Amino acid sequence: MVSEAEIEAVINARFSEPVYKTLKGASVGVAGLGGLGSHIAVALARCGIGRLVIADFDTVELTNINRQFYNLSHMGRRKTDVMKEEISKINPYVCVEVSDCVICESNAGAVFKSCDVVIEAFDKPESKAELVNALLSQTQTTVVASSGMAGFYDGNEIVTKKISNRFYLCGDGKHGIENGTGLTAPRVMICAGHCALAAVRIMLTK
Amino acid sequence: MVTVNGEQKELAGSLVSEIIAHYGYNRETIAVEVNGDIVPKSLYDTFAVSDGDNVIIVGFVGGG
Repeated sequence: MVSEAEIEAVINARFSEPVYKTLKGASVGVAGLGGLGSHIAVALARCGIGRLVIADFDTVELTNINRQFYNLSHMGRRKTDVMKEEISKINPYVCVEVSDCVICESNAGAVFKSCDVVIEAFDKPESKAELVNALLSQTQTTVVASSGMAGFYDGNEIVTKKISNRFYLCGDGKHGIENGTGLTAPRVMICAGHCALAAVRIMLTK
Repeated sequence: MVTVNGEQKELAGSLVSEIIAHYGYNRETIAVEVNGDIVPKSLYDTFAVSDGDNVIIVGFVGGG
């Protein structure tokens, strides 16, 4: 097994010790482990974020495989369990806390209260709005939310916007799944990259 | 004058719920900030914006 010091040395060599320590000391929440959240959690683990709080109520299905991090061997298992296991294969020294439940305004504050940044990676627009409203009004955490990443539209339309000091929004803002457009692996991964990078940059500029 | 999503509008004194309706947003799929602070949904019908306020309405579309 690779030691924590070996992983630290590799990350330090590419960035710097202050960067490594900042990210190692960071807690990031990921709400929803679908196309966005599964890729976001993996990207954050690879960056060396020290603690991840990941939440989802769902199990892996065949319909997920075209765009989510999971593979066929994961079908039927809880997404939280699979992600915890997969993250441990990437970096076993990341502390992963899982919440296998539906996140709503009455529990979001408690689940994510110790997080520096929480990334909203839900599917339904009502759920996205509910979580963002709950976190911004009930906690002091910074929120990275997502809106608009469906289809095979131009990937360059997906951007990260700073809405206010504690609120960032990633996506193209318009292409949703409401009109039957599906989510596609490359475009949802672009948006996931934006979300994960926004969280890392927030931690590095705090 | 009030700034709504970057545009100057004659909406000073309006309730947040009136501004939402003016733009045709669904209140269940948005987040509203006034001068950088979130306005809880429970206050949409009583919170009036003032001259000079900066209102941002973020509408969410599905997918994630």
